Amino acid sequence: MAERKKPVDAVIIGYGWTGAIMAKALTDAGLSVVALERGPALDTSPDFEYPRIADELKYGVRGDLWQPLAKETVTVRHTVNDTAVPYRKYGSFILGNGVGGAGVHWNGMVWRVSPEDLRFRSHIEQRYGKAFIPKDMTIQDYPVTFAELEPHFDHFEKVCGVSGIAGNLRGHIRAGGNPFEGARGDEYPTPPLPEIYFGQLFDKATAELGYKSFPLPAANSSVAYTNPYGVRLGPCNMCGFCERFGCFLYSKASPQTTILPILADRKNLEVRTGAYVTKILRDKTRTMATGVRYIDENGSEVEQPADLVVLSAFQLHNVRLLLLSGIGTPYDPGSGKGVVGKNYAYQMSSGTAVYFNEDVEINPFIGAGAAGKRAIDEFNSDHYDHAELGFIGGSLILAGATGGRPIDQMMLPPDTPAWGTGWKAAVRKHYGHSAPIGTLGSVMSYRDRYLSLDPTYTDGHGLPLLRITFDWHDNETRMAAYTAAKIEEIVRAMKPEKQATALIRPGDHYDVRFYQSTHTTGGAIMGSNPGNSVVNRYSQSWDLPNLFVYGASAFPQNFGGAPTGLLAGLAYFSAAKIRDFYLKSPGPLVQA
Amino acid sequence: MRQPSLFDRRRFLLGAAPAVTIAALGVSACAQRNGHTDPSTYSPTYFSAAEWVFINAAVGRLIPAEEGGPGGVQAGVPEFIDRQMELPYGHGAYFYMKGPFLPDSPATLGYQLRYSPREIYRLGIAAANLATQESQGKAFALLAPVDQDSFLERMEKGDVHFPSVPSLVFFGQLLGNCKEGYFADPLYGGNRGMLAWQWIGFPGARADFTDWMDQAGRIYPYGPVSISGVRA
Repeated sequence: MAERKKPVDAVIIGYGWTGAIMAKALTDAGLSVVALERGPALDTSPDFEYPRIADELKYGVRGDLWQPLAKETVTVRHTVNDTAVPYRKYGSFILGNGVGGAGVHWNGMVWRVSPEDLRFRSHIEQRYGKAFIPKDMTIQDYPVTFAELEPHFDHFEKVCGVSGIAGNLRGHIRAGGNPFEGARGDEYPTPPLPEIYFGQLFDKATAELGYKSFPLPAANSSVAYTNPYGVRLGPCNMCGFCERFGCFLYSKASPQTTILPILADRKNLEVRTGAYVTKILRDKTRTMATGVRYIDENGSEVEQPADLVVLSAFQLHNVRLLLLSGIGTPYDPGSGKGVVGKNYAYQMSSGTAVYFNEDVEINPFIGAGAAGKRAIDEFNSDHYDHAELGFIGGSLILAGATGGRPIDQMMLPPDTPAWGTGWKAAVRKHYGHSAPIGTLGSVMSYRDRYLSLDPTYTDGHGLPLLRITFDWHDNETRMAAYTAAKIEEIVRAMKPEKQATALIRPGDHYDVRFYQSTHTTGGAIMGSNPGNSVVNRYSQSWDLPNLFVYGASAFPQNFGGAPTGLLAGLAYFSAAKIRDFYLKSPGPLVQA
Repeated sequence: MRQPSLFDRRRFLLGAAPAVTIAALGVSACAQRNGHTDPSTYSPTYFSAAEWVFINAAVGRLIPAEEGGPGGVQAGVPEFIDRQMELPYGHGAYFYMKGPFLPDSPATLGYQLRYSPREIYRLGIAAANLATQESQGKAFALLAPVDQDSFLERMEKGDVHFPSVPSLVFFGQLLGNCKEGYFADPLYGGNRGMLAWQWIGFPGARADFTDWMDQAGRIYPYGPVSISGVRA
């Protein structure tokens, strides 16, 4: 029999970004809260201390901060007729583990969606007509607007000390920022970090072509900064060990460096690490969640009763736990019925490697996840006319690497031998003199792309793994080809010695072997009614009104950019509604 | 018929390899022939003497000492690989290793074999030596460098038939670990003297560019430092 813990007001599943946001909000409101985290306790000291953290092999290649796949992974197949096989080694995406979640090893790119991204179906139908959207494309609007979320985006940026330049301040377009962004209520809390040299070359080339480049907003504070909670961040030194690493300098925003310090002493919060949640429990009528069941670090089953359940694990894990718990109707791609697992999407990444002469000193090791990099937004979202293009969506185009880690980030022209004297000469010639222009491209959702439980493979406890059914559609490969042509134009203006574009082309299959992006989305999407979604606009489950689900699992399709800004904004939006309405009168916040 | 277990196959492969005269293939002989001067007195923990000879020979071709820059053997890559085999990584602890294994799945779905890295080496080295023995009458390490290169090229393309681990997989494992050992922090036994970092101009674990991040376009003036605090 499972040990039964003393009931609490709220239990939080997953102690990453949205878990930390909700832990603060609920303990602020006086609730007793237990946060369950499957991984270990992690903090800047001792876990990310210099110099041990500056170890590419340990953290950048082996991935000691990532979820150990040996215990739990996902399976992947391309179509509904294929047999899925396990994602046995890391490649395509990287899962976080432990306190802070993926917010520890992320790139710190805090991106706001474009306003039209939040009402993408309506926007496209209005501009191009209903027939413009392919029949099998299952995109839908968010049930929440940019204006409603803006104060929450702003708050999260201030929590993180995001460095950047506002491009649209209360409707005024400002030089140096992103002119395509939605109207902001306020400036970024800290100014941008110095631009890397490749960023300067990119600026010059894009200016010649008439594009407006801007500093990529980065959750790397550029100055000593105190956030609204009184937590202090220090200036980033662009150490080059950002993405895939924990920050040793208290500069990159993570739950540890922004929110958790003020929660540490709260008497009404208990954090339990090594707690692997296996089920969200329901009452007999299956209309309310009653708590969760988990396996603790000793391998014992524990039940934690709670009046409110916050599901704030990573996107894939949120969907898996809903399916394992039998909450909601699993999506069926045959009939199109059901919602749990529906609309899985990803990020389309392509890019061009730029190789300069040896007198162009790129110093690739000077970098941070997003800081110092430059971007253009001309070819993202619906910022350009798609009428004649045969696709919808777009890409954020960004210049510069996150660092110059020599095992993983060595950029060599494709005609370089993979080994031998030719390889050795090439690493010397190109390492210090090459840089990438990359993309974060949108991926629409489709009837045949979804998440479900795998019928064969299990985790370390014998529970089914999550199965991803995903492959590229022509809409996305067309978009990538269009974007790549624009990038190549920019690169030609830089007059490098060589360039090489990596592009997913029509007919190419999704390839899990190569890192592309950890921006996996959907599966527990947000919508206007229980027939088209798992949660309502306040991230509240349509099935169980005392269950709230946070993360990129809510995205009905994926946009060009990065998910954390939006998923944090959605969590703060929900937290305000819970505080002001739900706690006074628990029940559905939107009538079905 | 009972499927031969990994152990049976391994014993078969190793046993079937014509008695490799370990003394004749000693590391010193190999190193001398390739012109390496290896100051290390490292003796392998995981690899057998015959395997160690193979590793040294292969690393010596994958990252050769010729034409400038540190060779892989000189940089300690063989030691790196041997030490990795004894770590959880070598045992496959970083990978999901539950069956069923469907090795005929599309390559785009990633690694689907049952073998850990150390098993890949054990099986791959035996198969490689068997293949060169059959085709050229010699273990790999005894081939002329040009023949070693062409054999490695055939493995790289998957053109050599190996009975268990495909030659392509073994080659990928070997080359991947070579580059890791060449460029990882010296604390793992490779990149000795931070020679590989000096070769490309990577400053290692410095991890502080406060003084250089606003000097775009100017070459970074400092040499590498290791996690242990050694400078080069």
